[in-house]
Amino acid sequence: MLRYIFYRLLAAIPTLFLISALVFTIIELPPGDFFENYIAELQAQGETVDPRKIEYLKEEYGFDKPLIERYFTWVGGMLQGDFGYSFEYELPVSDVVGNRLWLTILVSTITIIFTWLIAFPIGIYSATHQYSWGDYGLTFLGLLGLATPNFLLALILLYFANVWFGTSIGHLMDAEYIDQPMSWAKFGSMAEHMVIPVIVIGTAGTAGMIRRLRANLLDELQKQYVVTARAKGVPPTRALVKYPLRMSLNFFIADIGSILPAVISGAEVVAIVLSLETTGPLLIRALQSQDMYLAGSFLMFLATLTVIGVLISDIALAILDPRIRLQGGRR
Amino acid sequence: MSSSIPPDGEAISHFVSQTPFDPQGVEKLSPEQEKVYFASQLKLMWWKFRKHRAAVWSGIFLLLIYLSILISEFLAPYSLERRDVRAIYMPPQGIHLFHEGSFVGPFVYGYDFKLNMQTLKREYVPNTNDVQPLRFFCRGDSYRFWGMVESDLHLVCPAEDGYFYLLGTDRLGRDVLSRIIYGTRISLTIGLIGITVSFLLGISIGGMAGYYGGWIDHVVQRIIEVLQSLPSIPLWLALAAIMPVTWSPIVVYFGITIILGLIDWTGLARAVRSKLLSLREEEYVVAAELMGASPPRVIFRHLIPGFMSHLIASATITIPTMILGETALSFLGLGLRPPVTSWGVLLNEAQNINVVALYPWLILPVVPVILVILAFNFLGDGLRDAADPYHSA
Repeated sequence: MLRYIFYRLLAAIPTLFLISALVFTIIELPPGDFFENYIAELQAQGETVDPRKIEYLKEEYGFDKPLIERYFTWVGGMLQGDFGYSFEYELPVSDVVGNRLWLTILVSTITIIFTWLIAFPIGIYSATHQYSWGDYGLTFLGLLGLATPNFLLALILLYFANVWFGTSIGHLMDAEYIDQPMSWAKFGSMAEHMVIPVIVIGTAGTAGMIRRLRANLLDELQKQYVVTARAKGVPPTRALVKYPLRMSLNFFIADIGSILPAVISGAEVVAIVLSLETTGPLLIRALQSQDMYLAGSFLMFLATLTVIGVLISDIALAILDPRIRLQGGRR
Repeated sequence: MSSSIPPDGEAISHFVSQTPFDPQGVEKLSPEQEKVYFASQLKLMWWKFRKHRAAVWSGIFLLLIYLSILISEFLAPYSLERRDVRAIYMPPQGIHLFHEGSFVGPFVYGYDFKLNMQTLKREYVPNTNDVQPLRFFCRGDSYRFWGMVESDLHLVCPAEDGYFYLLGTDRLGRDVLSRIIYGTRISLTIGLIGITVSFLLGISIGGMAGYYGGWIDHVVQRIIEVLQSLPSIPLWLALAAIMPVTWSPIVVYFGITIILGLIDWTGLARAVRSKLLSLREEEYVVAAELMGASPPRVIFRHLIPGFMSHLIASATITIPTMILGETALSFLGLGLRPPVTSWGVLLNEAQNINVVALYPWLILPVVPVILVILAFNFLGDGLRDAADPYHSA
């Protein structure tokens, strides 16, 4: 088991390396850099900018050095917990990101749990009642969730939540709790504000999951051991829970890997619409102003989050399924 | 027949029996059986596909809507740029047939306009005395058909000096319906071009990995893994942000489609690779190889037709992702920019909550988005089932 975990951890390292190279390429691609934009912006407003400050910053962050060297400085810094400097906020990146990363993780985790809670019973129902009205209706509902653009659903739900329940618009908590220490009242406010994002982000993933769970369980239910069990007179519930469900549970865990990127993607867009205090709104701002270290770190965080998510799901899978545990580590 | 087995250690000589052989001599097939057993692959697929009602209707719907983009200018009651200052934020007009109990034919009631001085909201009240019959196949706004032929023929126009805003107007007094019809052209073609890019990439890269195996396979697998672990929307955002503001809207349009395609190919490449690997072991491939078929012949004649239908089916299911992706990008203002009009650009107008509260008809462009995506999903499901005619559902 330990050996398997070790192997998986080792395999994640080159992946992360490739991701960092890709992210660096992307943030380096736009013509010009933050300072050129910054100077142009200031000049457009009729202000002057001290060229010495710009020169100093450029030198400090190695803009005069070759690309490869800057890449390794960036990666090396990240390994030591130094994520670079946000030019726009004039703060180290880690200070700007701060809590937002944790809130992103929180929202994503709750969304995944929500997705499971919804998809699991519906998937089982659809598979055991194949081609019934319930099956069609629920599948269609899931598809509808898939087809509606997240951001619009967020807007509409936000409006109705405001009209019907008086939830204040946007953000992850009521304004008076921002920057306050954690308390029950703050917790309540956060929980209230979390409902809409979680539902909205969850809908897209739920549909896919229901579909896959249904297909998987249907395959499993047609196998001979289920027929044998039924023929022997095992009660239907037991014949369902004992083996077929366990088999499809396997994939359920493995599915984290495929829904996590979708959840994080969805979370970003919804966060921008609802102005949540997660990484989304900052990311888009950083991309637009070419605040490259901030944008790069965000992309890197999000990718790392997915890689870790997949890692956790793989390990959970290994605990659950001895076949994977015993084969893993040596191919 | 004398045995022609050579002594041990010698090669077996090539042997072909000259006696005529009638494959149907063993068992006579009934006409019904014959129809099934000798049906071509395509025919089998069509039979299977036909059973999937939702898929057939979705296919017809998509066909119609794709045909409609050929004649968008004719279908839209107004031209794309037309602004009506008399009708800013005008709510949708209903079509009526009867006026005061008598049949008039399709007509709309005009609106009385009032500016609410307290809220500064424009208020429109239907005026039931102002009957404006619709005209069909009529002369309206002039346009250049496909940017080439000058014309002014429309399917439906308002009465002379009247107006007809079936889905209301936006903040500049532009007709929402016409803009949705024009937007269809952009939104739907983005999906097609994007899928073409990702198809080409997917088949060539996945095919290479599956065929050559070895280190190429390893590298490709790793790249796919990396791309799939990156959340797509932030990646799209980053790539879209790269495009300089100075690019013309048309170049941006192609840029966006290529971005969508560039990230999307991984799934297809994986499918191609695994299919190639599994089909390579099939007996018919071994048979072809034994009969001396060259590798290109094996690949193009025997392998690719074997999974092409699967690929098309899975491509159908990925088109919606592209349409939604474009919508999300444009909504956030990083995708297409006016004057290019897509559904996402239209939804960009509905970005804040006031719109939902005050002018809810501005979120109507989401209806075609939902319909098209649902249709693609059903069609894809049907195609996927049909692509596998021997697998009974």
